[in-house]
Amino acid sequence: MSDVALAPGSTNVTWNPPARGIVGMVCLIIAEAAIFVIFIVAYIYYIGKSLSGPTPKDVLSLPIFTSICLLSSSLTVHAAVSALRRSQQHLCSLWLATTVLLGGIFLAGTAHEWYDLIYNHGLTIRTNLFGTTFYSLVGLHATHVIVGLILLSLALWFSLRGQMQHHHSEKLEVLSLYWHFVDAVWVVVFLVVYVLGR
Amino acid sequence: MATHIPLDEMHAPQQMGEETHRKLWLEVLHDWVTTVDHKKIGLMYIGYALFFLVVAGFEALLMRIQLAVPNNSFVSPEVFNGLFTMHGTTMVFFVGMPILFGFGNYLIPLMIGARDMAFPRLNAFSFWISAFGGFLLYYSYIGGSGLYGAGSAPDVGWFAYAPLTARVFSPGHSTDYWTLSLLLTGIGTIGTALNIVATIISMRCPGMTMSRLPLLPWLYLVTSGLTFVAVGPLTAAQIMLMLDRYLGSHFFDTQAGGSAVLWMHFFWIFGHPEVYILVLPAFAFANEIIPVFSRKAIFGYPAMVAASVGIGFVSLSVWAHHMFTVGLGPAENTFFVLATMAISVPTGIKIFNWLATLWGGKIQFTVAMMFAIGFLFQFLIAGLTGIMLSVAPFDWQLGNSYFVVAHFHYVLVGAILFMLFSAFYYWYPKITGHMLSEKLGKWHFWLFVIGFHLTFDFMHVPGLLGMPRRIYTYEADRGWMIWNMIISSGAVVQAVATLLFVYNMVISYFKGPLAGPDPWDAWTLEWATSSPPPSYNFAETPEVSSRRPLWDLKHPDDPDSDYESGPGHRRQAKEKSA
Amino acid sequence: MFLSQGWCGIAAIMSSASGADPTNIFAPAGTPANSIFSLSMLVLSVTGAIFLVVTGILIYVIVRYRMRRNSPDADQEPPQIYGSNQIELSWTVIPILIVVMLFLATTRVIYTTEHAAQPKDALQVTVVAHQFWWEYRYPTLGIVTANELHVPISDPKHPMPTYLTMSSADVDHSFWVPRLAGKMDLIPNQVNTMWIDPQTSGLYLGQCAQYCGVQHAKMLIRVYADTPQEFAAWVARQQQPAANDPAVAEGRNVFMHNACISCHTITGTVATGRFGPDLTHVGSRDTIASGSVPNNPANLRRFIQDPANFKPGALMPPMHLNSHDLDAVTAYLTSLK
Repeated sequence: MSDVALAPGSTNVTWNPPARGIVGMVCLIIAEAAIFVIFIVAYIYYIGKSLSGPTPKDVLSLPIFTSICLLSSSLTVHAAVSALRRSQQHLCSLWLATTVLLGGIFLAGTAHEWYDLIYNHGLTIRTNLFGTTFYSLVGLHATHVIVGLILLSLALWFSLRGQMQHHHSEKLEVLSLYWHFVDAVWVVVFLVVYVLGR
Repeated sequence: MATHIPLDEMHAPQQMGEETHRKLWLEVLHDWVTTVDHKKIGLMYIGYALFFLVVAGFEALLMRIQLAVPNNSFVSPEVFNGLFTMHGTTMVFFVGMPILFGFGNYLIPLMIGARDMAFPRLNAFSFWISAFGGFLLYYSYIGGSGLYGAGSAPDVGWFAYAPLTARVFSPGHSTDYWTLSLLLTGIGTIGTALNIVATIISMRCPGMTMSRLPLLPWLYLVTSGLTFVAVGPLTAAQIMLMLDRYLGSHFFDTQAGGSAVLWMHFFWIFGHPEVYILVLPAFAFANEIIPVFSRKAIFGYPAMVAASVGIGFVSLSVWAHHMFTVGLGPAENTFFVLATMAISVPTGIKIFNWLATLWGGKIQFTVAMMFAIGFLFQFLIAGLTGIMLSVAPFDWQLGNSYFVVAHFHYVLVGAILFMLFSAFYYWYPKITGHMLSEKLGKWHFWLFVIGFHLTFDFMHVPGLLGMPRRIYTYEADRGWMIWNMIISSGAVVQAVATLLFVYNMVISYFKGPLAGPDPWDAWTLEWATSSPPPSYNFAETPEVSSRRPLWDLKHPDDPDSDYESGPGHRRQAKEKSA
Repeated sequence: MFLSQGWCGIAAIMSSASGADPTNIFAPAGTPANSIFSLSMLVLSVTGAIFLVVTGILIYVIVRYRMRRNSPDADQEPPQIYGSNQIELSWTVIPILIVVMLFLATTRVIYTTEHAAQPKDALQVTVVAHQFWWEYRYPTLGIVTANELHVPISDPKHPMPTYLTMSSADVDHSFWVPRLAGKMDLIPNQVNTMWIDPQTSGLYLGQCAQYCGVQHAKMLIRVYADTPQEFAAWVARQQQPAANDPAVAEGRNVFMHNACISCHTITGTVATGRFGPDLTHVGSRDTIASGSVPNNPANLRRFIQDPANFKPGALMPPMHLNSHDLDAVTAYLTSLK
């Protein structure tokens, strides 16, 4: 008997283990979440421990508009995936473009905020513990937004060229999971930095 | 012997093997560098780890020569501090992790009846980035302009407590090599762990439900899950350290109000689960090897799975037992005492289940089994000294002493390395198609056992006599010399035994008798294909109906599936054959 | 054969105790070390019992169930047993009970040691760890010294413990005198406390137990437990201003005109540095270089010439004094009794 004997031909058994892309992305999200947790813990631990100013109360203002943009981009990316599932490539492109635009607005908001903090308030990463933890946490999140935007732009590019088909919807869904994660992290970062920390 | 069903050998791969011999070495090299085959990547992981095992073992020997007598000047303090930093970092990140991932890479797809890992290219990427990390660390010996000029290895200890790692106390670049190499390796580690999880969840062959998954993949699943939540914090802490050193931020800058203790928390949130990340694969090997050579099914499969998952979870809440002496206060200390002691319960369950597997079996003392029994005995002692260290007041005395060094070497060498040797003797025939010499193996085993016990039994003693770890020399009046002399002599015996093992691996590759597909009369899927397996693993995707598919095949009258599944849950097997 | 090597080793030390082994944790000489010792005996007997039982089972199993080639059923597989919930339950519950017992005993010692009530007349000492030496400050007595800690012995009837308030000037260190107490880390930007109460007079040794850089190994601790009379005499001497012997005026001059003064303090002089040990009474100490060599003029001279002679990696630079100046400074420092 060879290994052939191990497969006694009963192929009628339904065997559908979870898709590897989804499993892989969930694992990546867990690992990324662990990294964020550590930065958030450091942020919370150092709230109010700076030896010198400026303090968050002096310089931070709530980024309400850009936050709304980022959070609503979760809905648009979801709409893009649904559209692709229904094989509506054009609608998918439209939603992807909206997502990239909303993400871009958020990133521009962060850039503007940082410019203001650095040049008008003199807060840099080496100013005090607030600067250290603020720039590293918000910067880590912004880095993830940038990575997500690059991937979404690629998807948009493929979609516009008509190379994104119905059978790619699982791959787009994996990417959308990442984008949802980036948004969810922002909720936590927002609460910690702009609500709790201020 | 039991009714042995001969499995046809596949001829194709051996022809391919001969062709490889005729290829130019450049082609062979190109083949290995560009491969995405899980078996080749697994072997590269193992080879890479063995290389660093020899390097870090050599570092240990240098340290033992230095410590053999008091006030020795064999190496300078600067060199010694670099040696223990490199030894610890190398053994954990460039021996322990890669060798375990190597075996996982090689075995998991075979054991679950898959043709490759879930993400073969990610697999290759993870290996190469980890490998680069290791060589980057060692490049510091050439390029790391540290405190003492060019060529200084990092000397901050493998847990690199802040603020010793700050620019002020560690000028130059040797600490940067350490940080960067761990960052890179961390990325590779997360990549491979992710791959292992996705493979086990998504690539199982038909019929292999989670409750039929062999214990080795099960434990690798737990270990990989633990890797995400443990290596993440390490990566985060390394990023913070880089920011401190390069951009002048203040995470661990005590002058600017930063906290040194925060680093300790972050490091040990990684550091303690890391111990379980390393030891769970050793358990995984034991779960496969002990049953086969006892000729019995593993006792208490569900309990073993539950205990492993339990260890995984509890191990996340024990980190501050490394910090009983930093002044956390009685309430925190008490919590971590309880959590640490609690982990001994699932660990005990494992030991008892292995004993119960041996009980009533027909134990074959192959070299693999001898190492596995050595593992059981030494892991028991390591666990008991672990309980001693979990008693916080006792730890106030024992912490950071040679007792601790002895304890964790009992885990890392006495348990993990012994089980790794066992795994080599067990799976070498599958990997190469040739048996390892049992005669040389017995020499290897006994020499290593003697060397191990000379070194690490007696290493507990200077700890009890007040000898702290990480000192490059010690005073003559403390009564530590005789013990250090014994420890050092044992280290030499271990080195000889390890060389014997390497020799055995080389000589057996060329001269060892042919193994055939199933030399141990074992039960899991990797033994259903030829040795070495073809690049596609299985000609047809296998389908299983129990945890021991080859047992079912060999005993069609009394298959496992009768006992494992179904609402009856009959655990006690009747002797049908009798 | 190797079954009980480690345990024999432990037994061997415990019987040999004190005397030859000045830093034996099983030769306690103070309350904290004593309570740890009692707890450790409990832990050792519990773990020792577990060791004997489990090892006994292991040996029995591998002897009793080894493969016998010549037995009649040698070619049969043994009966396959897959598990038993009752047995699993028993070896889950019994360890839990042992853990609870050990946990309660441990908690008691943690709280009695870390939450001990502090007597009013307890001596207060501030310990500041430096790379690679110890600074001891007695705020109530106005004494600053280095590397050799003097404390009064504590009579159980009239407890006179010494409370150490600890921090670090640079990196992490750990204070460990095994015969007196467990260790406690000294961490920059954090204040820890511990207490000791040696009950017999004498010298207790220890050393830094947290890796702190190049010379971690030679950061030795010497605790002198003095009788009340000895302690009073020591305090009186340390409270004197620095000796000003005209015979060594030349050495004094060399000292005051070199970089020495930017790191060292000698009270009553222009030397007010805080980076290195206070030298006001350096001549009264038994050792130099944080306990690594005896304090005699020859050693002192070699140390000033280049500290790396005894402690490679010490932060004090070689002073490049000529031979004449070296002799003069050595004589001056030796006179600072």
